[in-house]
Amino acid sequence: VAYLCFYSVQLSNMLAAIIMLIFICFCVHFQNTAGQFFSSGHTNNWAVLVCTSRFWFNYRHVANTLSVYRSVKRLGIPDSHIVLMLADDMACNHRNPKPATVFSHRNMELNVYGDDVEVDYRGYEVTVENFLRVLTGRLPPSTPRSKRLLSDDRSNILIYLTGHGGNGFLKFQDSEEISNVELADAFEQMWQKRRYNELLFIIDTCQGASMYERFYSPNIMALASSQVGEDSLSHQPDLAIGVHLMDRYTFYLLEFLEDIHPASKSNMNDLFKVCPKSQCVSTPGHRTDLFLRDPGSVLITDFFGSVRKVEITMEAIHLTDPILQLEDGEEVQEKTYSYVDQLPVSEIIHQKPKQKDWHPPDGFILGLWTLILLVFFKTYGIKHLKHIF
Amino acid sequence: TFYIEPLKINKLGVRASDTFVLTPTPQPKDDFQEELVIRPLHSGDIYASFQFRTLWETDFMRENKVSHYRLFPKSLGQVISKFSVRELHISFTQGYWRTMQWGQPFLPSPPGAELWVWFQDSVTDVDAAWKELTNVLSGIFCASLNFIDSTNTVQPSASFKPLGIVNETDHRFLRYATLPREIVCTENLTPWKKLLPCGSKAGLAVLLKSEKLFHSSFFSQTVHIRPVCQDRECKTTSWELRQTLNVVFDLHTSGQGKREWSLFKMFSRTLTEACPLASSSKIYIDVTDNPQEEYFELSPATPLLSQAVVLGDRRTFSVYDLTQQVTFGTVRSLNLLIRWKSTEGECSMLRPLLHAERYVAGYGLQTGEIHTVMYNNHPFRSFPVLLLDSVPWYLRLYIHTLTVTSKGKDNTPSYIHYQPSKDRMRPHLLEMLVQLPPHSVTEVTVQFERALLKWTEYTPDPNHGFYVGSSVISALVPSSVAMDTNITQEQPLFSSFFPCKEESSYFVRVYTEPLLVNLPTPDFSMPYNVICLTCTVVAVGYGSLYNLLTRSFQIEEPNPRLAKKIANFIRRIRGVPLLS
Repeated sequence: VAYLCFYSVQLSNMLAAIIMLIFICFCVHFQNTAGQFFSSGHTNNWAVLVCTSRFWFNYRHVANTLSVYRSVKRLGIPDSHIVLMLADDMACNHRNPKPATVFSHRNMELNVYGDDVEVDYRGYEVTVENFLRVLTGRLPPSTPRSKRLLSDDRSNILIYLTGHGGNGFLKFQDSEEISNVELADAFEQMWQKRRYNELLFIIDTCQGASMYERFYSPNIMALASSQVGEDSLSHQPDLAIGVHLMDRYTFYLLEFLEDIHPASKSNMNDLFKVCPKSQCVSTPGHRTDLFLRDPGSVLITDFFGSVRKVEITMEAIHLTDPILQLEDGEEVQEKTYSYVDQLPVSEIIHQKPKQKDWHPPDGFILGLWTLILLVFFKTYGIKHLKHIF
Repeated sequence: TFYIEPLKINKLGVRASDTFVLTPTPQPKDDFQEELVIRPLHSGDIYASFQFRTLWETDFMRENKVSHYRLFPKSLGQVISKFSVRELHISFTQGYWRTMQWGQPFLPSPPGAELWVWFQDSVTDVDAAWKELTNVLSGIFCASLNFIDSTNTVQPSASFKPLGIVNETDHRFLRYATLPREIVCTENLTPWKKLLPCGSKAGLAVLLKSEKLFHSSFFSQTVHIRPVCQDRECKTTSWELRQTLNVVFDLHTSGQGKREWSLFKMFSRTLTEACPLASSSKIYIDVTDNPQEEYFELSPATPLLSQAVVLGDRRTFSVYDLTQQVTFGTVRSLNLLIRWKSTEGECSMLRPLLHAERYVAGYGLQTGEIHTVMYNNHPFRSFPVLLLDSVPWYLRLYIHTLTVTSKGKDNTPSYIHYQPSKDRMRPHLLEMLVQLPPHSVTEVTVQFERALLKWTEYTPDPNHGFYVGSSVISALVPSSVAMDTNITQEQPLFSSFFPCKEESSYFVRVYTEPLLVNLPTPDFSMPYNVICLTCTVVAVGYGSLYNLLTRSFQIEEPNPRLAKKIANFIRRIRGVPLLS
């Protein structure tokens, strides 16, 4: 009996040990899958680049946006996945001494406008309402595809805003503002509608850090060019064009991005180091507490580049026979067509007036006729009624 | 590719043959032509006009949709079939065409964006189709065409007759809108170039570089879609897509003051090949003013010459055929050079017979007067013109002040169509058929009053002003040379755009300048100022009054000083009366 007890205890110990081992294996497996789950699981990339300033002296904001557009296109995001909003036209502005160009460097070294640019929202279309509608996807049904942000829950979105701003707001076109609360709510709407996987928000305005203070949705990483109470400064003027060409933060961001290529492994920690106080005069800030992954493991190309999953297959694909188009029977046309007279003078002169749609008589006309009838019957008595009806 | 011949079934319903005959499919009947016309202007500037035409024999309106596109761009084909469009004309222009200095353009266009569309008879709700069409086109061309709505759309009753084949014209299916404020830049040129079969990689489109094209006095890109006759009998129609680009390079800004033009100087590129998909690819240089090469010389020389009657004048052109390898010579590239020999004056330019101007007169921000001036420069012939004016609702026209005077005397139009505006809903439409006497100036004036808009309706930069679209003047101008009415002869593209019905006159459309009108603009900082002022007034004025009325006064003993306190304390102990 003692032996049995001893064996049973040993067995139960072994069983417990085995169970523990299996459990540990499972844990490790889960950790691996969890790791995979939280690693970048995006399948497509989108970018929303907005310049909110109007007028020629805000040339630098358009140059900022176009330089980010250029980097994003170079690293692989196609035009169909970029929503570019420019509040004013600088390239073909009549004050531009070199039309169809927007320069970012002095002495006209780099033309960020280029030859192959597609602006989706331009001029008066860049309003707070349109920006929020693009983000949340609540656009009128007739909006064309190039003006929509058709992202899904596996999309990484880069949002870049630049313009004039203050503590808690960003000015749109000198006539309206968007507040940080509105922006945070828009991002929360996007999260609840599953419109993004991860979101990188970059803002280059005065007191930019105030714009990301109110975010509360998960998976958002934010960068700003200056803290609350600081101004973002512009970089350098060009004497031939006569205006400041770029803002400091975006200028150094562009220089940093020029070194990135689609296969590079730089991560977000390098991006946070862009433009230290010595170069920028303002202190750039960032916010990563809402982001689930470690910023050191997030690649720059996760947001600025485009994912292309290529599946290589060795099997041969058999093409079906081409679809045969049956020709319709030749209908012999007896009618001869002809062009129309462009200015048929006699026809125009004798044109019948258009048939107007019949409307029931207006209230005024009805009242007038009632009054006339009343007066008539008052004067001449009711017995004349039988002559009328 | 093969196709199966339809089974032949005779009257008894029995199959004639049970075998299938396999024959090659007829090739898709589409054709692409490109051409460039270069015309030196008398002011030293140079006018270049590109035309790209795709002809396709297909039926967009049939039930099973067209799915195989070859030369015709798919985006436009889908637009035509989805919105049942019969004709579509859209143009984007930067600059104003100076008729008196440059003559008549091959294809006129007003500054800004202009869109006019004829819908098929089967469309039930034309306004809804128009609204959706403008949104789709704004996505295709990256332009703000979605600002076209009922406040700037009109339905002309006699102008803008269809330029293509049609059964009957019911103007209920026509819509016309113009956006004079629309900016044209590379972002409009990029999608336009992508519609071409060869894109901008081969053929004449290689020359279209935006940095040179937008540094010009005039730039215009257009797209015209219409059904045309296929052959002389005109029993079948095919769809024609024309993309044209007109540009005028200024002598001083692009030419550096030197009167010498070459393809490289104008476009910063040379030509190396024709578009492989084009059936014809030609360059025409207008040498009518230079018959014996006394004013300018053309190099490389070309033996091909062609004559064409265009805009009422017989012009001679030197032709370069890019489909021939010999055109490119040994260097395999073509850089045309036109060099002027001396700076002496030349024979005078043929004065344009019809010319128009428009301006706003008056002072202040309450009222004004619009003057449209039309010049008939023909020495002895008079001809009728159709004037179309579309004025936005915020300029309230007083039509009882409308006057039309020629040579100082009243000139009654033989046809007037006026549709009054409705605030915030539709603009004014005024169409008049006016007979212009020979060698005269006709002036149309109408007074207006400026409306005060609601504060939300102002643009972010209201002090710039508000634009009024150009007037359109359509006319059949008598021609000194017999026009060619044979529609199917091999004509260069630039002379075959407007259909010609009679030999003695040609159709021309002239656009006036757009107007820039200041509306009474409020000071938008006033709400803030008013709040500050009101709060100050309320605080100071009312607050003081309230205090005066409700404050009551009480006498209070002042607090005694320390010495007095001690003295009083001692006196109290002593039982002696206290100090006051």
